[in-house]
Amino acid sequence: MSTTEILFWFLSVLALVGATMVLISRNPIHSILWLIVVFFAISGHYILLNAQFLAIVNLIVYAGAIMVLFLFVVMLMNLNSDTEPQKNNWMKIAGAISGGCLLLIMIDVVSGSSDMQNKTAIVKEGNIGLIKVLGKVLFTDYVVPFEISSVLFLSAMVGAVVIGKKEKETPNP
Amino acid sequence: MTLLAIDWGMLVEKLVLIGAIISVSLLIAMYSTYAERKVAAILQDRVGPDRAGPWGIFQPLADGGKLFFKEEIIPNTSNKLLFVMGPCLAMLTAMMTSAVIPWGNQIHFNLFGIDRYINLQIADINIGVLFIFGVVSLGVYGIMIGGWASNNKFSLMAAMRGASQVISYELAMGISLIALLMLTGSLSMKTIVEQQIQGRLWNVAYQPLGFLLFFICAFAECNRAPFDLSEAENELNFGYHQEYSSMKLGFYLFAEYINMFISSVIMATLYFGGYDMPFVNEANLSVNVAAIVGIVALMAKVFIFIFIFMWVRWTLPRFRYDQLMNLGWKSLIPLALINMFITGAVILWRQG
Repeated sequence: MSTTEILFWFLSVLALVGATMVLISRNPIHSILWLIVVFFAISGHYILLNAQFLAIVNLIVYAGAIMVLFLFVVMLMNLNSDTEPQKNNWMKIAGAISGGCLLLIMIDVVSGSSDMQNKTAIVKEGNIGLIKVLGKVLFTDYVVPFEISSVLFLSAMVGAVVIGKKEKETPNP
Repeated sequence: MTLLAIDWGMLVEKLVLIGAIISVSLLIAMYSTYAERKVAAILQDRVGPDRAGPWGIFQPLADGGKLFFKEEIIPNTSNKLLFVMGPCLAMLTAMMTSAVIPWGNQIHFNLFGIDRYINLQIADINIGVLFIFGVVSLGVYGIMIGGWASNNKFSLMAAMRGASQVISYELAMGISLIALLMLTGSLSMKTIVEQQIQGRLWNVAYQPLGFLLFFICAFAECNRAPFDLSEAENELNFGYHQEYSSMKLGFYLFAEYINMFISSVIMATLYFGGYDMPFVNEANLSVNVAAIVGIVALMAKVFIFIFIFMWVRWTLPRFRYDQLMNLGWKSLIPLALINMFITGAVILWRQG
């Protein structure tokens, strides 16, 4: 086994174990911390694919910003395993069956698609994830979708501010 | 070895380099505590520590010994694993940033029949600035996890304050850095330094406002006065490390000094030419002499910055929380945006 293979298996196992622990942890804080582990493992995979920019942006955005927000909310609401509402067993079984169906469909679609067959990942060679290449592609070929998505983000931000704003106090009748 | 095809020479070289950089950072952080007390003493017209050794220079050792031998208390109601993890994360994220900083150019090693040129940088990656940014944004976890796991509402409030402050100031910091990156056109720390050495002025000459914003944000990111709201003892008892004792407390306090050192290095590297000694042409010197001159120049700049950190701490009073947020969101971010627009406009205008 080469170093890359060892790293690949290690990161894959880490990602899968982390994702499982997210689901089965009783404590919401532990779930969030395991989710951070998953993001780290995925960033490791990006680095193996020579996509350093994607790796670090994944860390900055997901592990550094979004997960901090999650932690904030969970800590402020002080959720723990005692206050978690208990669902009955039929709901759990129904959830497991429908989730399993979705998983099967996704595996089938991904393994059956013609783009994926007989392809191997380019390890340490591909350069699409490097910042220079990615920037050029984004600002030449995909400039319109890129700008539109930025407008979408802007409107989401403005919307959040508008919703979060205090309403003007109405004078007492 | 056929199992692991690694360049073992490079591995040893990097391990030695990592060991050296970590021990030097720890040593400097240790003596920063001493320097801080001395600076505070001078500013307040006192003598400062002078008992342990001549001029009190063994004071950090005495402090460290005291912290090590204190009783280790883990509160019963705390989450034990996370309680221990908090200070570890704080130290880890404080040390990780040093990986992408160029500490000097190269040294030529010719001993025991080995002839190598060694770069004085652990990893010259093409996303160096982003790496620093990523690690800084992870630094929040040390504070938040520690504060939450203590199971104490004052610790929790302090951790929330600290985290929201770091997140808010990260934005202004990022935008002020974008202006610098538009100028340099590279994210690699090494390239940024090389550009400043080769004929151009230091970046601070082109980005004075950007540097000022970055400097203010660095104070906030390090949780240093006047932004040390997570340690506001008159409102929050002691801050997010209230339940900590012994060396776990020591790690939190120590991480702050390491952060201060590392952010001084980053400011020196990005805006003040890194290992560039002014008025000296390094290309004329031999490789090893140039490396020593470079390290001395970098350290001199870093010590000046550390002194300014301390000077500000003992001069300015602490901000109130709403003042802090107003400063961050309503002053620094608009200024950083204006700076970015002006830089972009000038670059486009010069291109014609």
